[in-house]
Amino acid sequence: MNDRSSWPLWEVFLRSRRGLSHQHVGSLHAPDWEMAVQNARDLYTRRGEGVSIWVVESAAIHASDPDDRGPLFDPPADKVYRHPTFYKVPEDLKL
Amino acid sequence: MADAAADPREAAFQAAIDAERSVEPRDWMPERYRATLIRQIAQHAHSEIIGMQPEGNWITRAPSLRRKAILLAKVQDEAGHGLYLYSAAETLGVSRSELVEMLQSGRQKYSSIFNYPTLTWADVGTIGWLVDGAAITNQLALTKTSYGPYARAMVRICREESFHQRQGFELLSQLSHGTPAQRAMAQDSVDRWWWPSLMMFGPPDDSSPNSAQSMKWKIKRVSNDELRQRFVDMTVPQARALGLGLPDPQLRWNENSEHYEFGPINWDEFAQVLKGDGPCNAERIRVRREADAGGAWVREAARAWAVKHKPRSAEDAA
Repeated sequence: MNDRSSWPLWEVFLRSRRGLSHQHVGSLHAPDWEMAVQNARDLYTRRGEGVSIWVVESAAIHASDPDDRGPLFDPPADKVYRHPTFYKVPEDLKL
Repeated sequence: MADAAADPREAAFQAAIDAERSVEPRDWMPERYRATLIRQIAQHAHSEIIGMQPEGNWITRAPSLRRKAILLAKVQDEAGHGLYLYSAAETLGVSRSELVEMLQSGRQKYSSIFNYPTLTWADVGTIGWLVDGAAITNQLALTKTSYGPYARAMVRICREESFHQRQGFELLSQLSHGTPAQRAMAQDSVDRWWWPSLMMFGPPDDSSPNSAQSMKWKIKRVSNDELRQRFVDMTVPQARALGLGLPDPQLRWNENSEHYEFGPINWDEFAQVLKGDGPCNAERIRVRREADAGGAWVREAARAWAVKHKPRSAEDAA
């Protein structure tokens, strides 16, 4: 059964309509990118869910470590001055 | 449970579950959580794949082009559902070929409902109405399951399943309001599928060994018996609208509980079919193996093509 496992895994991204960005919808196996696009069409757009498909080999994606969640994302939490609500302005002004 | 005390990560994991935080593929998770999910998602995926057979049986004999197009689309959806679920299972570290192998060797199960034969055209309607109706009841609860990829697959599947149930209801409705022979065919079909549909929710809560832990991990959110009751309550008025009877003399509305009461389920039959002695167990696996073997040269050819045409370097690709 090596034939099947040697088809790499692809991540599928769909643009649901023009004006929106592509979003991850799932994954599939295919021997090359062209078949991956064909399969994604059959698998993820049977009801007109997309107007554009991206496929990316899963192995090409590098991700942050979930265990680093704290240290990696903490710094913004104490920079409250990045949010508009940090600032006091006269209430009767439109600002 | 001894491990739970030993591993502090397990307590943190449970706390995250209790706080309704989704588990995602690269998070740490207890091995038993992972194994339970692999087993459940794989079984679910296998059911979608094997489920193509009883209905596929009628594609060439659909009575009209409209019905044939609908049935083709439905069977194609089942294939899609199987693939969404296999992908979800693969995020847990099991490979597609292992999953296919476990189905074909019988080491993993699929829903026992698909071991019953589709003897008449009415069965296509009944499967859509009852079997998919039961599946939707179960799957709606699973859209909130704690494992993210599984929940997302369920959302997608539920969105597509409602067409399945409606086409089945419409098909049966045409038969039940048709000639006496059509009506009799519809009734015979419902008589055969009613009890197996109730069995789809699995054993009663007091004899369902894995349920308690699955509920604690929020893999399962609603118990087997409660889902079964929801299904019965939803289905009885639909049967009335179809003008078809349900084969249970004890079925009646209970004013106090505001639920339908129903007769005892034949769990011996369930156990027998699960064990492999249902009407179609051997055939379903034989057909699946043949399809897999028959498609091997196509997969190999596609792979060979991909290797031959793969750009060897950036310059080649340009």
